[in-house]
Amino acid sequence: MNAAASGTNLPRTLAQKVWDAHRVVTGENGEPDLIYIDLHLVHEVTSPQAFDGLRVAGRPVRRPDLTIATEDHNTPTLNITEKIVDPTSRIQIETLRSNAKEFGIRLHSLGDVEQGIVHVVGPQLGLTMPGITVVCGDSHTSTHGAFGAMAFGIGTSEVEHVLATQTLPLKPFKTMAITVNGHLRDGVSAKDIILAVIAKISTGGGQGYVLEYRGSAIRELSMEGRMTICNMSIEAGARAGMVAPDETTFEYLKGRSHAPQGADWDAAVEYWKTLPTDKGAVFDAEVVIDGDALEPFVTWGTNPGQGVALSESVPNPADIPDLNDRAAAERALEYMDLAPGTPMKSIPVDQVFMGSCTNSRIEDLRAFASVIKGKKLANGVKLMVVPGSARVRLEAEAEGIDKIVEDFGGEWRFAGCSMCLGMNPDQLQPGERCASTSNRNFEGRQGAGGRTHLVSPLVAAATAIRGTLSSPWDVE
Amino acid sequence: MDTVSVITGIGVPLKRSNVDTDQIIPAEFLKRVTKTGFEDALFYRWREDPEFVLNVEPFTHGTVLVAGMDFGTGSSREHAVWALRDFGFNAVIAPRFADIFRGNSGKQGLLTAVVPESIVEAIWAEIDANPGVSVTVDLVNRSVSCGDVHSPFEIDDYTRWRLMEGLDDIGLTLRHEADIDAFETHRESWLPKTLPAR
Repeated sequence: MNAAASGTNLPRTLAQKVWDAHRVVTGENGEPDLIYIDLHLVHEVTSPQAFDGLRVAGRPVRRPDLTIATEDHNTPTLNITEKIVDPTSRIQIETLRSNAKEFGIRLHSLGDVEQGIVHVVGPQLGLTMPGITVVCGDSHTSTHGAFGAMAFGIGTSEVEHVLATQTLPLKPFKTMAITVNGHLRDGVSAKDIILAVIAKISTGGGQGYVLEYRGSAIRELSMEGRMTICNMSIEAGARAGMVAPDETTFEYLKGRSHAPQGADWDAAVEYWKTLPTDKGAVFDAEVVIDGDALEPFVTWGTNPGQGVALSESVPNPADIPDLNDRAAAERALEYMDLAPGTPMKSIPVDQVFMGSCTNSRIEDLRAFASVIKGKKLANGVKLMVVPGSARVRLEAEAEGIDKIVEDFGGEWRFAGCSMCLGMNPDQLQPGERCASTSNRNFEGRQGAGGRTHLVSPLVAAATAIRGTLSSPWDVE
Repeated sequence: MDTVSVITGIGVPLKRSNVDTDQIIPAEFLKRVTKTGFEDALFYRWREDPEFVLNVEPFTHGTVLVAGMDFGTGSSREHAVWALRDFGFNAVIAPRFADIFRGNSGKQGLLTAVVPESIVEAIWAEIDANPGVSVTVDLVNRSVSCGDVHSPFEIDDYTRWRLMEGLDDIGLTLRHEADIDAFETHRESWLPKTLPAR
């Protein structure tokens, strides 16, 4: 990379280093910088209008070799070999297929072993690497920051822009250090960290920032855990979240099909080791979280910042000093049909959803399976387990996780975004309450009138056993 | 893109904070492959309530939305901007916008004006007192006004210039095509390549 070109010896943050190495043109007189994009991920929902724009302007895709597409948002998780029933979903997927063919873009279609949620597919192929820039027309692109990449979601106009130019005009982000000290207790996981972070800084607290997660509790996380945290950076209002690369990162990447090999691997690792934030580098803001004190977490409201520890109760809006926050809490409790003071653990659920780009990787499935193994699903509760990709599904089946889920009483599905946003048939019915390992508890997100509580895979598993929101500490 | 300078029209008070893009347009409407025709999808669930502001005259003819803190959070769907535009909105005023939503708006000629929370509340009061009152968002002078309320608003110089000139981002970037070519010659060979598939 052009790391040397930045020409500065001042201590820099990880984010600044990646930015500097990708600056094609330095903006002057208030103009943004022009930033080079190393990897562009594409899916069926936010791309059709972008390809249309290219056609109208007679522009080609500049770098098909830096672009990859997968089908995920609309895809069914049952009967995947049959024709998709919903005609609008089918047309959208067929449109992606014809666009990929026309513009020469690699596509992993439903049924392909590499098909799956776009943010599971990139890392699994070894395409997501430290120090690169990654974009996708999806806000959860922040996931890839777990590798020390600068990764962020873009709108469809920007998708067209990247397809045409492989760059984006961008103003530099501010930087925020989120330091999680100490060590997580058993039963507490990456999801609990990020839910606690969002509850602390609010859904707008990260606005304009790149978050860098640091500290011993982050270092001790696997790549899957780091992806869970970076994934939900957008839920704190930040476009991107990052974790500095280390041996955990290198070990995850080594040997993956698109990871560098041989001498290239050595050169890459040497460069990646220069990326962590320099001693003395200054962040624009800092937040510190005590990892030792964290407990399993859960949301009670309709935005991801409305969360508490599972041991707590539904808050009373009257206790919230800010008038806007109070009004939002009142509205959320009405939608969620919850009364102030209700212990979180006494709230019964109708469904448990285990999946989404936040928590559908092999380690998530293993964690979930470890809690439910040999137990039975609570009466009257439905459970759907949706692996993040076809490859994760196969890997889990090789370990017998499908059997554990089915013996427990749950449904083992094919890969996709599924009930995280219900663009396919996997939706909550009006009034149904769901413990979900996904990322958004917005009104109607999982189906019109559905009520979502965001939780970790461990909490989802404990909840599936007990039928009420539960901590893994409540289960033998 | 059309040029933007001074927008005047009926102000619509949306007295809610954290309006996420799932509320602006639910996911079921994202399956379309076109860029227009989303007006009916705008705030689809909230519009099921006959008393929701967009169902009430004269706000059905609104062109300036006045919303609470953190408008446009969540999903990157540009459909949210298309739906607002298709309904007839030319500007949104709020104390803070989500980054991606604001960026998307700038690409579609939807003006996003950031003003202090107190100004939003003052405009809401003006509209309450006089429903149908005009709100003006003046991009040239970077000011918002409604009745007795007058305030400057924040927007960065570059976005303002692009909106006023109606410029296309891709065209602007392609002025730097030689720089992009030069940059690409220095990229390391081990950087990820999706082709050939391995």
